[in-house]
Amino acid sequence: MAAMKRHTLGSWLFILLGGLYFFLPLLGTFECSLRYRRGVYSVEAYRIVLNDPVFRATFTYSTILAVATIAVGVILVVPTAYWIQLRLPKLRPVVEFITLLPLVIPAIVLVFGYLRIYNSASVLPLTGSETATDVLLMFSYVALSLPYMYRAVDTGLRAIDVRTLTEAAQSLGAGWGTILCRVILPNVRVAVLSGAFLTFAIVIGEFTMASLLDRPAFGPYLQLIGANRAYEPAALAIITFAITWACIGLIQVFARRTPGQVAGAR
Amino acid sequence: MAFLEIADVQKKFAESTAVEHVALGVERGEFVSFLGPSGCGKTTTLRMIAGFEVPSSGTIRINGLDVTRKPPNQRNVGMVFQSYALFPNMTVAENVGFGLKVAKRPAAEIGRRVDEMLKLIKLPALANRYPYQLSGGQQQRVALARALAIQPQVLLLDEPLSALDAKIRVVLRNEIRGIQRELGITTIYVTHDQEEALSMSDRIVVMSEGRVEQIGTPFEVYNFPKTTFVASFVGTPNILRGRVADPARGTIVIDGQEIVASRGFEDARGGDVRSVALRPETVALHELAGDGNRMAGTVEDVNFLGSIVRIRVRFEENAISLDAFNNPNLSLPERGHRVAVSFPREAVLALDAPPTASPAE
Repeated sequence: MAAMKRHTLGSWLFILLGGLYFFLPLLGTFECSLRYRRGVYSVEAYRIVLNDPVFRATFTYSTILAVATIAVGVILVVPTAYWIQLRLPKLRPVVEFITLLPLVIPAIVLVFGYLRIYNSASVLPLTGSETATDVLLMFSYVALSLPYMYRAVDTGLRAIDVRTLTEAAQSLGAGWGTILCRVILPNVRVAVLSGAFLTFAIVIGEFTMASLLDRPAFGPYLQLIGANRAYEPAALAIITFAITWACIGLIQVFARRTPGQVAGAR
Repeated sequence: MAFLEIADVQKKFAESTAVEHVALGVERGEFVSFLGPSGCGKTTTLRMIAGFEVPSSGTIRINGLDVTRKPPNQRNVGMVFQSYALFPNMTVAENVGFGLKVAKRPAAEIGRRVDEMLKLIKLPALANRYPYQLSGGQQQRVALARALAIQPQVLLLDEPLSALDAKIRVVLRNEIRGIQRELGITTIYVTHDQEEALSMSDRIVVMSEGRVEQIGTPFEVYNFPKTTFVASFVGTPNILRGRVADPARGTIVIDGQEIVASRGFEDARGGDVRSVALRPETVALHELAGDGNRMAGTVEDVNFLGSIVRIRVRFEENAISLDAFNNPNLSLPERGHRVAVSFPREAVLALDAPPTASPAE
C-alpha cells in the first residue's frame, strides 16, 4: 500500500515537473505580452497586432494557402494510402520512406532545390509570377506536411477493414469513386481531420519556404515583428499557440462527434 | 443450362493452385453449400463468382451470361461476409439502402424497399441505429438485408455465422434458409461447419485441396460418401483399410477378417489396398440377425457421453467406434474384453481410391 502511494506521488511529481517545464515559459510570454503599458497589465499588444493590416493580410494569405494545401494533400494522400493498403501492401515501406523525406531534408535545402528547378530561366518557370510562386509554395507545403498527413490517414485506414468494406460496396454496385467518397473517406474522417489540422498548424507558422520564395505569409511576418518590436512578438506567440490548440481541440471535437466510429460490436 | 454455371474453373496464385478444375451447375432458386476445411478453395471459388478474383482458366456464367471477367459491381451478385462488413458511418437503413442509392433509384422506392427488408429480417425498429449499436447476430441480419435489397441474381454467403455463438448460429441459419426459400433466390453458402451445410442445403459441394470431392444432397453426402476425405470430413465415421478380396462382390479383408461392402470396388483388383467407411450408429455390439458382417475385436475404450456410450473396439491395425444408446439396463463391456461387433452390408461404404493412387496419375 505504501509502495503504491509512493508510486502515485512520483507520477504526480513528474507531471508537475513536466507541466512547469511546458507552462512556465508560456506563462512568462503571456505575462510579457500584457506589459505593453508601463505599470499595468493590458491587452494593448494584442489590440495592436490584431488591428495591424499586415497581420490580417499575412494571416489570410497563410490560411488560404493552408486550406489549399489540405485539399491537395487529401486528394493526393487518401487515394494513395487506400490503394497501398488495398492492392500494394508491399510498397508500404517505400511510400513511408518517401513521406518521411521532408522531415530528414531541411526546408532550406528543399526551397533551394525548387529555386534551381523552377526559376524564371527554367522549362517550368514557376517563380516567374506571383500566382505561380503561390502554387509552388502550396505544393512545397504539401510535401512538408506529407509525413503528418500520410501517417494520420494510414493509421485511420488500418483501423478499418478496408478490403472487406471495399468488396461489400463493390458487390452492391459501387464504383471506385463512390467507394472512396461514400465508404472510405467518411470512415477515416477523423484521421483526415487530424492530418488537416496538423497541416494547418505547420503552414500557418512556416517561415523558411515563404521567406525564400518571397511570399507575404504569416511566418515571415512573425519573424519581422519579433525582430523589431518588444511586446507584440509575445502577443503573436500566444495567438499562434491559441491557433494550434484550437486545431487540436477541433480534432478532439470531431473525433467524438463522428457517428459510427466506435470499433467493435456490442 | 444451369442458372449459375461454373465450367472447369481454375485459380492459381503464383506457385500454388487454390482451385482446380471446379465444375458445377446451380439451378435457379437452389441453395448450394461449399463445405470443406480451411484452405480447400471454397472461399476462392465464391470470390470468383462474386468477381473479387479472376479465374486463371474456365468460365462462370450467370443466367446464360459470361461474367468471368466482369467487375464485381456489374454482376448484380449479393454478398454477405463473415465480418458483416457493414459501413460503420451509416445507419442500418442507410446500409440497407446503399446499393439502391448507388443504382440511383428514387428515394420513395429506396424507403419502401428498406422497410420491406427490415421487416424481412425482423428488425424494423433498428433502422436508425449504427452498426456498433447492434449485436453480432443483428449486424449479420442487416448485412443479409443489405445484400438482398438490390434483388441480386445470386446470393453469396461467406461463412456468415462463424463469428457468432452457437445458439444464435442455429437460429440464424434457420432464418437464412427461411428467407432464401421465401424469396426463391439462388444461393451459394460457404462453410466449414458440416451441421450447417447438412441442415440448410439442397446440395453440398465437398471440397478439399482445391478440388471438388463430391457433389450431392445432404442425404447422399452423409450416407454415401464417395471418397475417404468426404467420409472422414462429414460426420465421424470409422475408416477401415484392407485388401480387396473380390472387387466385383465388394469383399475386403480387414485385419484378417472378411467383410462385404454395399457395392463392388470399381477399378480395383484383388489385393489392392482400399478403404471402407462405417458410421458409428450402424455398428452393434451384439450380433445382428440376418447375413450382415461380423468382426471380432478387443474393447479398447468405453466413453460415457450422456445419452450415448461410445465404445472403441480394436482389431489389429484398424479400430472402430460404435455408439450404444444409454439406458439404465445397459451392460457395458470392460476394457480388454473380447467382443463381437456386427453391421449390415449396406452400412459398409466402399470408398473410391484416393486421387494419388488413381491410374490416371
